[in-house]
Amino acid sequence: MTHRLHLDGIRIALGDVPLVAVDAEVGPGEVLTVMGPSGSGKSTLLAFLAGFLDPAFRATGRVLLDGEDVTGEPAERRGIGLLFQDPLLFPHLSVGGNLLFGMPAGADRRGRMRAALAEAGLDGFADRDPATLSGGQRARVALLRLLLSQPRAVLLDEPFARLDAPLRREIRDLTFARLRAAGLPAVLVTHDEADRPTWGGTAVHVGAEGG
Amino acid sequence: MLRFAPAATAALVAGPILAGLAGVLLPAFGVLPALGGDAPSLDPWVRLLGQPGLARSMLLSLACGLATTAVSLAIVLAFLAAAAGTGWLSWARRVTGPLLAVPHAAVAVGVAFLIAPSGLLARALSPWATGWRQPPDLLIVHDPLGLAMMAGLVLKEVPFLLLVSLAALPALDPARRLAIARSLGHRRATAWLKVVAPGLYPLIRLPVYAVVAYASSTVDVALILGPTSPPTLAVAVLRWFSDPDLSLRFMAAAGAVAQLGVTLAALALWRFGEAVAGGLGRIWLAGPDRGIAERPALAVGIVAMSAVVLALGLATTGLALASVSWRWTFPDLLPDGFTVAVWGRTLPGIGAALAATLWIAVPATLLSLAAALAVLENEARGGRAGPTWLLYLPMLVPQLPFLFGMAAGAETARLAPGAGLVLLGHAVFVLPYVFLTLSEAYRRHDPRWIMLARTLGASRARAFWVVRLPMLLAPCLAAAAVGLAVSVGQYLPTLLLGAGRVETVTTAAVAMASGGDRRLVGAWVLAQAVVPVTGFAIALLLPRLVWRGRRGLRDGGA
Repeated sequence: MTHRLHLDGIRIALGDVPLVAVDAEVGPGEVLTVMGPSGSGKSTLLAFLAGFLDPAFRATGRVLLDGEDVTGEPAERRGIGLLFQDPLLFPHLSVGGNLLFGMPAGADRRGRMRAALAEAGLDGFADRDPATLSGGQRARVALLRLLLSQPRAVLLDEPFARLDAPLRREIRDLTFARLRAAGLPAVLVTHDEADRPTWGGTAVHVGAEGG
Repeated sequence: MLRFAPAATAALVAGPILAGLAGVLLPAFGVLPALGGDAPSLDPWVRLLGQPGLARSMLLSLACGLATTAVSLAIVLAFLAAAAGTGWLSWARRVTGPLLAVPHAAVAVGVAFLIAPSGLLARALSPWATGWRQPPDLLIVHDPLGLAMMAGLVLKEVPFLLLVSLAALPALDPARRLAIARSLGHRRATAWLKVVAPGLYPLIRLPVYAVVAYASSTVDVALILGPTSPPTLAVAVLRWFSDPDLSLRFMAAAGAVAQLGVTLAALALWRFGEAVAGGLGRIWLAGPDRGIAERPALAVGIVAMSAVVLALGLATTGLALASVSWRWTFPDLLPDGFTVAVWGRTLPGIGAALAATLWIAVPATLLSLAAALAVLENEARGGRAGPTWLLYLPMLVPQLPFLFGMAAGAETARLAPGAGLVLLGHAVFVLPYVFLTLSEAYRRHDPRWIMLARTLGASRARAFWVVRLPMLLAPCLAAAAVGLAVSVGQYLPTLLLGAGRVETVTTAAVAMASGGDRRLVGAWVLAQAVVPVTGFAIALLLPRLVWRGRRGLRDGGA
């Protein structure tokens, strides 16, 4: 199962000020990096793609997933997953509960959840309180939660910015390897070259200083 | 559905308020068909102006509103200045919750018990210092200047203003502001007054106005502690309203409108005072002083706040003691013996009143909580916010004229007074406090949680029920506890909308207070505190119990 994400003539403006202009095709396992200083509209682009654009902004263009136009769909029906700077594991749910939250209906959800944990080196973590996990473990659970929700594309909002250097490389490589294995197109927003996958991929720059 | 939440909630508040306004304005100008008032006239006003002592009543109400607020605010600000960066602050955090749970009427009764000629203070000083073997014939409670009444109100409003200040402070990052000011040579309390207080005041302005409005129109505290001839305007109006001579109703309506004017005047004067204080403050801020306010702030802050807490503690302990006393002759500091006889006699009555109280307070609180959640969730979803200030309106208006009007309106509409109407009235006055308590936490809830839930496939509704609500369990329960406490403390809505037929612990306690049997009053006051204290305890303990395995949510953090 592989997916394609097509950003078709996307233009976002705040009032009369144009912020973002993107045209791109992101194939399975590919990463489109959107670079730019803070305040350049990177996060606005992600909000638009995910379906959370503040009505103060004006946006035109289409978001196509496997050829299907999802621009008008509500966030939960787009099949576009999000990974934030912080792992944001729901504090009121167990680790397993966090993973189950996004899993679509299907046979043996719990079994698949446990298997996914075991595969990630977190065997037996299902009943743990997320607050007791280390930073690296949390990042891995967040990634698992994203993958188990079976998205068709993913958005990464500076997902490694809060990790310290050695862990950062490890989580970055793990994330891109898993996305690639799952055949998921990804849009990465960052201001740090070091966040990009080692093989590079395409990059676009937004904002005044981004050229 | 949720789109209509702001409109529906606004209607819940504005409907009764507008009906109340119409219901008091019409009879004030002679129109009340049920009592034969068919044509507009100025007669009610002529009769009102002819009442002896009217001007003094109005002045009393006005002065009480302004003085109570000024003194309470000064104590709170001085305390916060003195306590900045010390252990006193965490002490304050611990004591304000329980203190706030005690209703106005209960505090008033406690104050009466403390300062009356036969009260605890007189006993503590007699006979060794005063020489009194009998309670002296002094008019301390019900003094003509209303000092006892103002003292009672101050005791109740200081914890309230302290609580809202403590809730608002973290947003100002006071530690960093203080550090900067101190590094520039200001002494600690002075630094607080110069760089934190000016930021704090706008955040607590609304609760401060609520205190002005309440203190200028209070009925229950004035009945228990206030002057009697003439009484405050609100009490005078209530007397005319309850008079068997129904023709007095017209004059009472005019008086109620005058009360609205007095409260508005108090608010306008306060606003003017704000401007003056602001101007003087700016001069002081720009000046070279680095510590002139240091000593007074420290002294007033620590001494006055300790006195407030001590008085509240002594009053409630004393009343508890009185309720189990056998005989307690003057000037003994402790009762001669103990008995549970009073409790045995009053328990059935207290039980019934508690049940009636809960039947009103719980639905009114739930209704307010649901309305507040609906408005806030609609706002979080980017919906039209609607006039939020309207939700705060019931906090800022004097209760008397509007309740007077609501009662009259209900009569005209042939709505039977009783528990249903009382419940609605409570909900109107509870809602602002629930909304105020909840909105802070709600707006601080990181929007990324909901985004995340949605991208994981959860609908808006599921994200609300499965993510938002559980994460905000502690603030929701805290808001409910505040709502419960406010509802239990309501005196006037219960009295006027229930036509005297609905007896809650608070109406009973106020009625008992005038009876003078201290043991009985003590029992009723404790009964009054039961529901709010239980509510705050549940709000504190339940989240810890539910989230005992979730470190990220313990201590209410989210």
